[in-house]
Amino acid sequence: MSDHVLELRRVSKVYGTGPTEVQALRGVDLSVEAGAMVAVMGPSGSGKSSLLTIAGSLEDPTSGEVLVGGAAVSGMSRNERARLRRRYIGYVFQDFNLLPGLTAAENVALPLELDGVAARKARTAGMAALDGLGLADRADRFPDELSGGERQRVAIARAVVGQRRLLLADEPSGALDSVNGEAVMRLMHAACKRGVAAVVVTHDAQLASWADRVVFLRDGRVADQTMPPPGPESLLASGPGQ
Amino acid sequence: MSVRHALLALLTEGPKYGLQLREEFVARTGEVWPLNVGQVYTTLQRLERDGLVESDDTADAGPQKGFRITPEGEHELAGWLRTPPDLTSPPRDELVIKVLVALRVPGIDVHEVIQVHRRYVVELMQQWTRLKDDEAEFDLGLALVVDAELFRLDSVIRWLDAADGRLKRAAAEPAAPVPALMPRLRRRVGVRR
Repeated sequence: MSDHVLELRRVSKVYGTGPTEVQALRGVDLSVEAGAMVAVMGPSGSGKSSLLTIAGSLEDPTSGEVLVGGAAVSGMSRNERARLRRRYIGYVFQDFNLLPGLTAAENVALPLELDGVAARKARTAGMAALDGLGLADRADRFPDELSGGERQRVAIARAVVGQRRLLLADEPSGALDSVNGEAVMRLMHAACKRGVAAVVVTHDAQLASWADRVVFLRDGRVADQTMPPPGPESLLASGPGQ
Repeated sequence: MSVRHALLALLTEGPKYGLQLREEFVARTGEVWPLNVGQVYTTLQRLERDGLVESDDTADAGPQKGFRITPEGEHELAGWLRTPPDLTSPPRDELVIKVLVALRVPGIDVHEVIQVHRRYVVELMQQWTRLKDDEAEFDLGLALVVDAELFRLDSVIRWLDAADGRLKRAAAEPAAPVPALMPRLRRRVGVRR
């Protein structure tokens, strides 16, 4: 039994057939262990978004295998997959995807309630997640009463509420400015330190640099990846240019 | 980095000793820029010679000699802060030259060359970000220094990405011309030597 929270084995994805066929992923291998953050970088059309939707069991690969928490997704029934997505996987999207008619606390508690958790218990867990992200005083606000940075923090609280083990993020800082973008990455990084595994798809090198490992996709293949970086003390050896 | 002006800035807070100036300089630049005490005293002597600082007349040179900024020093500092550094002419960037050269060498895949550099720069950015995560949250000076470095490296990545995309598009077009080894920039914008 591996400690990989997510494992993609030789995953390929083809959209369309004949002349309109597009090969989005070509034999991608990717493993993410508990507590690790992996960033996936690549130009538009390199397969980043397909990789994330397949990792989140939102769509099936054409070939290859996806294991989440050690279990093959292909062997699961529709209900089992839905349960996996509700209980195990949290999603953070570029445009937050909060429900406008629900307060921050209700948005965060929603995945638990959908999973059958009693409303009061779900609300308590939701409040704990909001509190952890410094948003306790915003719990009763509706999304349109929150700033962009606050909305994305609510989205992250919703993604990590309960016992989620896998966090999948697509350009999570979206259109936020760099200070708010950094705050978003700090929160995701903190979730990883608590043992959550995360995959962040981004074209932004500053966001990607928060990851333990950066994987470069090109034409649907893993073209390259970073090596574990040495400690920051190596940066402090050189002096100022005079 | 102007040590001269950094020392003048520290002296606007009041008279200080050489050793104290060194410690405050290092602390406020997030300890990213080490500075030895010899550099501090040499710089102070020059500032004094130019009339920008003055020292205690009585004390001998050494750790107990105090320095303060003069009105001329304040004027010099205010002028320096508002003078933009020279960013007008593009430097001869070694990375740009390597990519231009790679295009002309048979058997070299320019996209692979670009990726080698991209990976290296991202690894460097990971180190800076780790420093920011570990230490800069409560050290404003360090956070600003690290941000500056991350934005500089980020601009390198953006250029590599743009070059990658531009070369890919050019290769898809018929008979894409191979660019000159050093484009004729100098005449147009005056490349710094």
